Amino acid sequence: MVDHTPRRATRRSFLAGTGAVAAGVTLLPKFGWAAEEKKLNFYNWDTYIGETTLDDFKKASGVEVTMDLFADNDELFAKLKEGNPGYDVIVPTNDYTERMIAANMLVPLDHAKIPNIKNIGKAFLNPAFDPGRKYSLPYMWGTVGIGYRKSRVDGVPDSWKWLYDSSKYAGKIALLGAPGTVLQVGCKYMGWPLNEKDPAKLEKVAELLIKQKPHIKVFAEDNGQDLLLSGEVDLTMEWNGDILQVMAEDPDISYVVPKEGGLLWEDTLAIPTGAPHPENAHAFINFLLGAETGAAIADFIQYATPNAAAKALMKPEYTGNPAIFPPDDVIERCETAIYQGPEYTQLVDRLWTRIGAA
Amino acid sequence: MESWRRNPLVFWVTGLPPTAWLLLFFLVPLALVWVLSFAELRGVVEMEVTGTFANYVRALDPLYLQIFGKSFVFAGLTTLVSLVFGFPVALAIVFAPRRWRAVLLLLVILPFWTNLLIRTYALIAVLRTRGFVNFTLEWFWEKANAVLSLLGLGSFQLLGERFEPLELLYNNTAVVIGLVYVHLPFMVLPLYASLEKLDRSLIEAALDLGASQFRAFATVVVPLALPGIISGAILVFIPALGSFLTPDLLGGTDSQMIANVIERQFKSANDWPFGSALSFLLMYLTFGALALRALYTRRTAGQGRA
Repeated sequence: MVDHTPRRATRRSFLAGTGAVAAGVTLLPKFGWAAEEKKLNFYNWDTYIGETTLDDFKKASGVEVTMDLFADNDELFAKLKEGNPGYDVIVPTNDYTERMIAANMLVPLDHAKIPNIKNIGKAFLNPAFDPGRKYSLPYMWGTVGIGYRKSRVDGVPDSWKWLYDSSKYAGKIALLGAPGTVLQVGCKYMGWPLNEKDPAKLEKVAELLIKQKPHIKVFAEDNGQDLLLSGEVDLTMEWNGDILQVMAEDPDISYVVPKEGGLLWEDTLAIPTGAPHPENAHAFINFLLGAETGAAIADFIQYATPNAAAKALMKPEYTGNPAIFPPDDVIERCETAIYQGPEYTQLVDRLWTRIGAA
Repeated sequence: MESWRRNPLVFWVTGLPPTAWLLLFFLVPLALVWVLSFAELRGVVEMEVTGTFANYVRALDPLYLQIFGKSFVFAGLTTLVSLVFGFPVALAIVFAPRRWRAVLLLLVILPFWTNLLIRTYALIAVLRTRGFVNFTLEWFWEKANAVLSLLGLGSFQLLGERFEPLELLYNNTAVVIGLVYVHLPFMVLPLYASLEKLDRSLIEAALDLGASQFRAFATVVVPLALPGIISGAILVFIPALGSFLTPDLLGGTDSQMIANVIERQFKSANDWPFGSALSFLLMYLTFGALALRALYTRRTAGQGRA
C-alpha cells in the first residue's frame, strides 16, 4: 500500500457548520508609513499548511505569523465583504478569487517581490479567472469527483450517471450540499460546459435532480467522506483531498474523476485590500512558493501542488497517486468554475431552493 | 410599583447598561437588517437602499411560502412532541422528593453545557446506519436468531436473511427527533415553573369528588398549567422555526427549512437584501405568535377580574 497517510484532519469538514472562527487580529497598523512591524495575519483553511511552515518563515524573516481559520469560501467572503478586518494573506478558491477581484477586494501583486513565481508550473501561469496572475498565485489544486466503496459498486463508477440519473444505487448516494458545484457538474453530465449559464439548460439540470432526488440520501454538508467511511452511502460526490484521507483509513474506498470530466479547483494566495502588512505579505507568498517549503507543505497536506520545483522534490508515492494527480486526459475534460455575476448566483440559489422543496 | 421614582439614581445605574446593551447590540443591528431588506444589489458587494418592496414580493413567491409552511409543520410537530414528552417529565420533577428536584432540574439543563454542534454530531452517531440504535437492534436480531436455531428453526430464516438496519438518519423524522432533543428543556422548565405553583389540594379535591385520574389531570392540572404550556410552546416553537443546523446535518434531500434558505442568502447566494426580507417575514410571524400569547394573557386576566 502506498503510504500517503494524511496526518491532517479534514480541511472542509468539522468546522463547516459552526461558522465560528477565533478572532485575534490587530485592526490597524500603528505605523503604516514606517517600516512594517514584524507581523503578518494569515487567513487560511483548517490544516492547510505544513507542520513547521510558519515557524520556518519566522526563522527566515523574523516575521511572526498569526493564522486564523475559515471553514468555507462563503465565510471568507462574508468576513472581508464589509472591509478587511486586518488580514494580509488569504486563500480563496478560484471562482471566489475572481469574485473578489471583481469587487476590488484584492490588491495587485508586485511580481518583482515574488521571484519564486519561477517555480510555478506553466499550466498555472495564465488562468481565465486571473489572466497574467495579477492578483493571485496558485497554492494547491484538485478535483471534484466520485468517492466510492469498491466492494459495493460494480466496477469503477466512472460516470456522473450513477449519481445524477440512475436508481441503481438508490439510497446509497450523497451529493455535495454546494448548489453551484452540483448544478455545474450536472451540466458536465448533460454534455454542456461546466460554466453553462443558459437558464433553460440549468433548469433542465434542476429537473434531472428533482427526478433523481428520491434516490439521493443526502446533500452532504461536506462530510461525504465520513458518510462513505461509515457505510452510510456507497458513492459520494466529493473533493479529492477529503476522499484521500478516508482512502488511507479504508482500502475499500477509492476515487475517480468521471469520464464526462469534473470540476477542477485551485486555491490561491492573495492579498486582500487594506492589508496592514503588504511587504510581509509578499515575502510570505514568496516563501510559500519556495521549492523546499512547497514540498514540505504538499507532503503534509497531500493536495496537488502547482509548484513544479516542489513537485520535483516529492516521492513517487505522491506524484504517482492518481487520486492526487489524475491522468492528463482526465484533467483535460475537467473545467474550472468561473464567477458569473449576481444573476447567475441568484438563479442557482433559486433552483437549489426548488430542488430542496420539490 | 413607583418606588423607582424615589430612587432615580439606582434606577439609572441599574437600568442604563442593559438598555444601552439592547439598543446597541440588538435593536441597531436589527434595524440595519430591516433597512437592508429594502435594498437592491449593485454589483458584487454594493447594495443600495432604494425602498423597494421587490425582496418581499420575491419572498411571497409560492416556492418560499411552501418552505415557510413546511418549517411551520416541523416547528409545530417539534412543539407537540416536546409537550407530550415534557409534561410527564415536569410533573415527575414536581412530585419528586424535594431533595431530588435540584438534581433532576440540573439533568434537564445538562445538555446545554455541550455545544449544539457536538450534540448534533452525537445524535448522528446514534441514528446512522452503523449507529448505536442499529447496533443494539442487530444484537437483539442475532440473539433472537440464536434462540430460533436452538429451537431447530434456524434454517427457516424467520427473521430475514440478514439484519436490515433502520434508516433513521437523513430524513424528516430525524430532523424532528433532533429538534425535540435540542428544544425539550425549553418546554420542561416553564412547565415545571407553573406546575410547581399548583395547589395539590385541588387535585385531591377533584379525586375526592369522584373524578378519575385522567379527568383530574385533564380538567384540573392541564388548565392550571396552561400558562406554562403556552410559554413552553412559544419557547420551543420560535427557535425551532428558525433552525438551520439541525435540518442541515440530520435532514435528507427533503428537509430544507426556511432558515436554510436564509442562511444561503447571506453565504453562497450572496443576496443579503433578499435574506433580510425573508428574515423579517419570519420575524413578523414570530411577533404574531407573541401577540397571540399577549392576547391570551389579557383575556385570562380579564376573566380573573370578572
